Amino acid sequence: MLAFVVRRLVLLVVALVVASLLVFALLRLLPGDLAAVIAGPQAPPERVEAIREQLGLDRPLVEQYLEWMGGVLQGDFGTSVVSGTSVASEMRAKLAITGPLVIASTVVSMLVAIPIGVWAAVRRQRPDGVAVNALSQVGIAMPSFLVGLALIVVFAVRLGWFPPNGFPRQGWDEPGRAVRSLVLPVLTLALAQGAVLVRFVRSATLDVLQQDFMRTARATGLTFRRAFVRHGIRNASVPIISILGVQIASLLAGVVVIERVFALPGIGQMLVGDIGDRDLEKVQGTVLLLTVIVLVIGFVVDVLARLIDPRLRDATT
Amino acid sequence: MTTMRALTRSWTGRLGLGLVAIILVSVLVSLVWVPHDPTRVVPSERWLPISGEHWFGTDGAGKDLFSQVLVGARTTLVVALASAAIAGVVGLVLGLLAAVLPRLVGDAIGYLVDVLIALPVLVLALVLVALFQGSLLTVSVAIGAGSGVALARVVRGEAESVLTRQYVTAATTSGSSTTRTVLLHVVPNILPMLIVQLSLVAALAVLAEAALSYLGLTPVSTPSWGRMLQSLQSTVSQHPGAIVFPGLAVVLTTLGFNLLGDALRDATDPRLRGAE
Repeated sequence: MLAFVVRRLVLLVVALVVASLLVFALLRLLPGDLAAVIAGPQAPPERVEAIREQLGLDRPLVEQYLEWMGGVLQGDFGTSVVSGTSVASEMRAKLAITGPLVIASTVVSMLVAIPIGVWAAVRRQRPDGVAVNALSQVGIAMPSFLVGLALIVVFAVRLGWFPPNGFPRQGWDEPGRAVRSLVLPVLTLALAQGAVLVRFVRSATLDVLQQDFMRTARATGLTFRRAFVRHGIRNASVPIISILGVQIASLLAGVVVIERVFALPGIGQMLVGDIGDRDLEKVQGTVLLLTVIVLVIGFVVDVLARLIDPRLRDATT
Repeated sequence: MTTMRALTRSWTGRLGLGLVAIILVSVLVSLVWVPHDPTRVVPSERWLPISGEHWFGTDGAGKDLFSQVLVGARTTLVVALASAAIAGVVGLVLGLLAAVLPRLVGDAIGYLVDVLIALPVLVLALVLVALFQGSLLTVSVAIGAGSGVALARVVRGEAESVLTRQYVTAATTSGSSTTRTVLLHVVPNILPMLIVQLSLVAALAVLAEAALSYLGLTPVSTPSWGRMLQSLQSTVSQHPGAIVFPGLAVVLTTLGFNLLGDALRDATDPRLRGAE
């Protein structure tokens, strides 16, 4: 187990380094003079020169990278050239919206999708089981922004239960309005995630139901329900936990789209805006942060799966 | 031919095949016939309802929605096929190299693949496309390369298992070179699995392209369902019906590729064959 954690930790660190190099290189690959692009077409040469110096673009790439990483490791993501504020503090402010959005939609999707997925597996030959399976296929094929638009039309425009978009300017100081404006985005993301999750839960459960130990458990006189709760769930949980780790990456990409649909001023909206403004320090900081989140969650999930499943734990590879 | 028969045996297979066929036919039709110029603004014909003249009605600028959806199908299909092709090449090359090359190099490639899989590909693709004012090629490269890496891991595993079979040993003993063995014995054996995966990549690409063009990151000049939905969003409260057709187009195309992939898997997996 320890050997696995150490090896997985090394993989995490290597992936972090590769990710940071990739993000760094991606922005340096941009065609044209970056400082001139940031300054804008009408900027005087002195301004372009000042930006070049501020970003350190006149220095060797290795030096630039090491300086950036040195700062990041101390929690300093640099200063935005456009707004002049610290990138780290801006990211923290945006996370106050994106963080709850991501966590709430994950929780909601799990609460809904896991029982439904198990249900669909147990009743796979009944009409309702088949219907759930078909619906989840349609759900997977739905672009999240379309779901968002539909929810806006029904619950915001027609029924007026929730605001169609935006977030209160006072943020969480106005908790009632803040929560209300997050309900539809959370539902949208949860639906997109949930559809995928239902399919995985269903197939993981189907796998377990066909195992010999389930038949043995039934043979010892356990009811189906008790056999499933005692032996089935634990076995089905491993692939489900693994898929949650994979999903976090697509969830973050989904956040970018959903924040646009609902005009939520979170990390995703900031990223798209910053790319348009060519705000180098902020773009590379934000992308790195998102990547780190995905990588760390992937690590935690892998270790968790080992802890739950003794067969994986004892496997040497 | 047995695959085809197995494919049409399940209703999901038939549906997937049908939906993909519809999209292919739409694109072919759009090359020779589009009822109206999809970009022509006709102020007198704003928000027309569905009619024989305008099958899907018109939008707020009087542009014909059916023509827009028809022309948008080209973009979707090009991105879907190009992404799948790129993913196939990347996955096959990386996966086969990792399986065939000497242990040290192969493991290094495998490790690299593990690292790349962990990265949030879609987020990186988004940044890439946005930064480079994404052409259709950028979009396809970003989606294709990202999915290709994940494919490489599967290809490697399958290839390694094929390499241990007796017919491979027999081929090697009778003097078949590594290249020949791989091309003649390994590739044909992993091809069914690969095609299944590529169908799923195509579905992912349809969704990703829709999302990217919805965000306005693809070129304005390229007609696309995502962009249609974006421009219809501001008037969605007054004219919710207009988003139905481009929306349905995205959903049905994605569904088609996904169902086709699933049905192909069932049809080509010998363990599942005849299970019913």
